[in-house]
Amino acid sequence: MTDYAVELCNVTKVFSSGRGAKSEDVYAVKEMNLGIPRGQFFTLLGPSGCGKTTTLRLIAGFETPSSGEIFIQGKPMSKIPPNVRPVNTVFQNYALFPHMNVASNVAFGLAIKRVPRDEQKRIVKEALELVQLADMGKRMPSQLSGGQQQRVALARALVNKPAVLLLDEPLGALDLKLRKAMQIELKHIQEQVGITFVYVTHDQEEALTMSDFIALMSDGLILQLGDPATLYKKPANKFVADFIGESNFIRGTVDSITRKGTKLRVLDELVTVDAMEVNLAKGQAATFTIRPEKMMLKTKQPVSTEALSGTVQEVIYIGTDTRYIVTLQSGESVVVRVQNGCSPDVEQFSKGDLVKVVWLPEDARLLTD
Amino acid sequence: MNKHKIFSPGSIYFLLMCVLLYLPILLLIIFSFNDSTRLVFPLKGFTLQWYGKLYENRELLKALGNSLMIGFGSSLIATILGTMGAIAIVRFKLPGRSVFLAVSALPLVIPYVIFGVSLLILFNEVGIRLSAFAAGLAHVIISIPYALLIISSRLVGFPDNLEEAAMDLGASYWGALLKVTIPICSPALLAAFLLCFTISFDEYAIASFIVGTDATLPVYLFSQLRFPTRLPMVVALAAVLMIVTMAVMLFTEWLRRVGQSPAKKG
Repeated sequence: MTDYAVELCNVTKVFSSGRGAKSEDVYAVKEMNLGIPRGQFFTLLGPSGCGKTTTLRLIAGFETPSSGEIFIQGKPMSKIPPNVRPVNTVFQNYALFPHMNVASNVAFGLAIKRVPRDEQKRIVKEALELVQLADMGKRMPSQLSGGQQQRVALARALVNKPAVLLLDEPLGALDLKLRKAMQIELKHIQEQVGITFVYVTHDQEEALTMSDFIALMSDGLILQLGDPATLYKKPANKFVADFIGESNFIRGTVDSITRKGTKLRVLDELVTVDAMEVNLAKGQAATFTIRPEKMMLKTKQPVSTEALSGTVQEVIYIGTDTRYIVTLQSGESVVVRVQNGCSPDVEQFSKGDLVKVVWLPEDARLLTD
Repeated sequence: MNKHKIFSPGSIYFLLMCVLLYLPILLLIIFSFNDSTRLVFPLKGFTLQWYGKLYENRELLKALGNSLMIGFGSSLIATILGTMGAIAIVRFKLPGRSVFLAVSALPLVIPYVIFGVSLLILFNEVGIRLSAFAAGLAHVIISIPYALLIISSRLVGFPDNLEEAAMDLGASYWGALLKVTIPICSPALLAAFLLCFTISFDEYAIASFIVGTDATLPVYLFSQLRFPTRLPMVVALAAVLMIVTMAVMLFTEWLRRVGQSPAKKG
């Protein structure tokens, strides 16, 4: 037994579009190697068309890999059809059976397995209680709201006690408030039942809220795999930094490399950035990133901070925070988010003010593209 | 607001259509109750004797039996084949499926008289006896396109991940088909069956060539036109046929709509 609920080994999925000479191969998933740990809430995150849904469908068995092998609980799946795999799916548009009531929908998998009737009834009742739809068993799916249909779909999948539950953007069709509530509820249900969840979403906030692990995908590749805090604090490259949360990117050239870090020249100013594992040579162009909430605006640069000078271009008040858009001397714009708390060292600025944009050295990260 | 003009081209067209289509039918029904062997005004008096004669006519009842049997059998087979064809066309990316569709739909455009003659020749060549069975076979062929079109239009509007969901929950492909696809399509299947039935039930041209001695109702009806005294009875028969067919068609259309609507909601 391995510690992975699902393992993908060198999995590639190619779709060919068009016909004959015009046919074009589209790589939805490229040579993917991925281990999804048992009992975790695992999220495949990425923009639309990045291959996350294809990955999910490969695990479910609705698509077959062009090459490579998928293991579920250590067993190879290439010869196993979807109906025999120990996985269940919650589909994007729920895919409830419109001709059956809620209880029959939930009992579908049990009926196929010929679980005795009384047993079915008990399990369905428990499942509907778990998703807080205890008295809705007799309703038809069309009589339920989107959020309720979502819960039925979840219950219908969970009653089969799958080793892995696959969820394909299940909250995509819900309004914002309901989505937020369901995110927390889904997370709680996952902790309660202890089943491995593989969750597909394009919403980075959703991914950060719920996941134990996130694999960020783009163009069929996994760009970074890690827990939410790692992805947010230590993005592996520019795409990750840009996709997850808001980031400022500042370009410069390498002036010197010391033990303290890399000194970058941004127009006429020098800043020091932790070198990390990025290998750069003197004179090379480089980009570093800082989150807007990790920057401050000051009239004078405090000690042990890094700073660049700029001019306040815009002040946007958004309740809890004020967002300053500052144009640096180099012409690049950065966003600085200042919390409207009662901290005494927060200075107020208005449009046109000359300011120092300051940050702590450890909050800046050198990136590769 | 502009007034609706009574004599706009549209309403004149509609009026004309109603007169040409429904007036003859109305006349037919009126004369079927008229106490005279001649179909002329003024009406002579009310009678049900023509309907009574219908009921007593053994030959006619036998023809009705033949028609029901051929209609039931051919539409059942056409619906089954049409369902299989529709699933193949809609669900699978078959190579040459446009050719398949074109070939299946061909009976729609072939004149029935020509089809009847060619079947007569064919059946004689291969030694199929001219009979109700032969007519049933022919009716299967002309009914398939209708069944195919009705069922495939239902399948197109059917969220295709329902079958995936069923398989995901442990059903085999056939299990998913039987437990999910077929039940959801059942109004369309019934609509297809009933439409095929009315086509077979009303069909004269092909049946007249190949039905042999097992006359169907339309064939029998046409044969009775030679006897002037039986004309009112034929009219009564025609009235019955018309009403039954129309009722079945209206029910079919209603079914088709009922079957279509849940897909839009979900």
